[in-house]
Amino acid sequence: MLEIKNLHASVNGNEILNGVNLTVKAGEIHAIMGPNGSGKSTLAGVLAGREVYAVTQGDVLYRGKNLLEMAPEERAREGIFLAFQYPVEIPGVTNTYFLKAALNSIRKHRGLEEYDAVEFLALVKEKLKLVDIDQSLLNRPVNEGFSGGEKKRNEIFQMAVLDPALAILDETDSGLDIDALRIVADGVNRLRSKENAIIVVTHYQRLLNYIVPDFVHVLLDGRIAKSGGKELALALEEKGYDWIKDEVENPPVHF
Amino acid sequence: MTTGKPSTDWYRSRFETWEKTLNGSSATALHSIRRAALARFDELGFPTTRHEEWRFTNTAPIASAAFLPVLSYDGSGVSRADMESFLFAGLKASHLVFINGHFSREWSSVSRLPRGVRVESIATALTQDHDGVLKHLTRHARFDDNAFTALNTAFVQDGAFVSLPDNTELDEPLHLVFIAAGNGTPFVQSPRNLVITGKNCRLSIVETFHSVRVATCLTNVVSEVVAGENSVIEHDKLQIESAGAYHIGTAHISQGAGSNVVSNAITFGGAIVRNTMNVVLEGEGAECTLNGLSVGGGKQLIDNHTTIDHAKPRCSSHELYKSVLDGASRGVFNGKIIVRKDAQKTDAKQTNRTLLLSDDATIDTKPQLEIFADDVKCTHGATVGQLEEEQVFYLRSRGIPLDTARDILTFAFASDVVNRVHVQPLQEQLDALLHARLRQGRVAEEG
Repeated sequence: MLEIKNLHASVNGNEILNGVNLTVKAGEIHAIMGPNGSGKSTLAGVLAGREVYAVTQGDVLYRGKNLLEMAPEERAREGIFLAFQYPVEIPGVTNTYFLKAALNSIRKHRGLEEYDAVEFLALVKEKLKLVDIDQSLLNRPVNEGFSGGEKKRNEIFQMAVLDPALAILDETDSGLDIDALRIVADGVNRLRSKENAIIVVTHYQRLLNYIVPDFVHVLLDGRIAKSGGKELALALEEKGYDWIKDEVENPPVHF
Repeated sequence: MTTGKPSTDWYRSRFETWEKTLNGSSATALHSIRRAALARFDELGFPTTRHEEWRFTNTAPIASAAFLPVLSYDGSGVSRADMESFLFAGLKASHLVFINGHFSREWSSVSRLPRGVRVESIATALTQDHDGVLKHLTRHARFDDNAFTALNTAFVQDGAFVSLPDNTELDEPLHLVFIAAGNGTPFVQSPRNLVITGKNCRLSIVETFHSVRVATCLTNVVSEVVAGENSVIEHDKLQIESAGAYHIGTAHISQGAGSNVVSNAITFGGAIVRNTMNVVLEGEGAECTLNGLSVGGGKQLIDNHTTIDHAKPRCSSHELYKSVLDGASRGVFNGKIIVRKDAQKTDAKQTNRTLLLSDDATIDTKPQLEIFADDVKCTHGATVGQLEEEQVFYLRSRGIPLDTARDILTFAFASDVVNRVHVQPLQEQLDALLHARLRQGRVAEEG
């Protein structure tokens, strides 16, 4: 589904991603872990099409197409969804209006009938249950005055409505207490399927207790330094990131 | 360059010609006021940008034109279809229509009103109670330091007169419709409105300004509003005149103790528009809210000048003025707040926010706080900028195209003010007008 090859990206001339290689197949969950400043959010941003990042080298193929040539809205219509680390407040635009515009734009792109108000509301009510969100939130301006937990749940709610093929969760666990974390993780797990893939970007292992990954990758200095199964996340929790740094800097010598 | 002031000369000669036709009515008290106003206008001349209150707004295009004062009613320039588009569907309101500043009996309609309420033209009110009307007319909006008010007063003839006795609540809003109807020559209309409420009244007034087939004209309107003790007034003003219209609107609001006045001033049209709002909080515990929205494109200049005079203790004022400016349009916001020595416990808040949609659009924003009391709370803030990139990206990341994203965000920014209008059919109309004015996140060019 997604193939990242030798990806280099920079912000204001500072190189942040330094040759990332990653392949994600349908049905898989990949966790990207790493210390602060290792390039995790940059990777998520590049995939979603944030314009502050300049890709200086490398390719990203999404379902066989060159992802880097697509505008952010095209990526969304092709099935990519970014759950923001810091969901944006949009005063004056209600959640319903926003989400209906988004969904219909995606449906139109896929050659499907646009939903009318009744069909949309039916869908939305169904999806609200997934993340335990009160219906009154629909008529409030997007994220305005929401608590940290409500904002993150709203991201997963949007994900549920838009039904992406590839979801990228950027530090969705940050700022969540354990109950909210569980609700968010439950929501994500229920959206899992054989057809879609999820990339979970996180600093801590605890989210991965709830969203169990198939693969764990450690990002260090803009490059994937180590990959493994879910047990790698546990090792990181226990030992931190320094041992991987050592491994990278002093690779074991084989004769 | 010749000495003298050709622009004021023009109006003086028009005045003198008119005066000769007045015969007996030139001996009235009102006419003496007109003469004094003309003399003052002559002394002041049109303001220039050297005048502090007009620093950012060059009135030369108005001063250099010879606008013919419209001295009598002529309704022939307005068709039924025109009228229907000016009266909002669903707005069950009494409406007074003025064409080029003169009351139109044929198009106006006043529903049954509670006892003692007067809703009529100033001209009618003057014939019935000349001295009574003059207790207020021209007393609140002073012409000694404002040339446009002086010019309006010199030619004062007609406008809306609304008077509510104590304890009167009007359920339906009053709609005052001002139409500038083109007749081939540049003209000036000078409507003059007077609204007086007694104690404990409730009233909503909607003023809308339109134009039909106007190449160029000047609307020079002055409104005086006196809010009695504990009265609640909503005053909405919509300006949608054509791109050839100049509009100078001056409102003076005097508020009694415990009264509450909300003003929403919405400007879409016009070449040069200046809205001056002067509010005097003359009684303890009075509250006023001034909201404004300007949506400008092309070469429009939209200037909002507000003065809130906290004369008595425990009054509060809230101001929110927003502008959306595109093309090479210009905006001005000048918000003066005066807190008098005795006005302790004043609470004043002023906010000015501007969205610039093009590189050539500009805004001059200036708060002016003059505080002479010590126990007061006054805050002001101004922001100027483009749409927030992060908001645009958020919408796009959900599949919404760039143009639509900009459209949604621009509309949300502006509709914040429209949503503060409580007269429901007007709010719906404003919503539709705003949608038409903002297309794909840009200000539509004037038709």
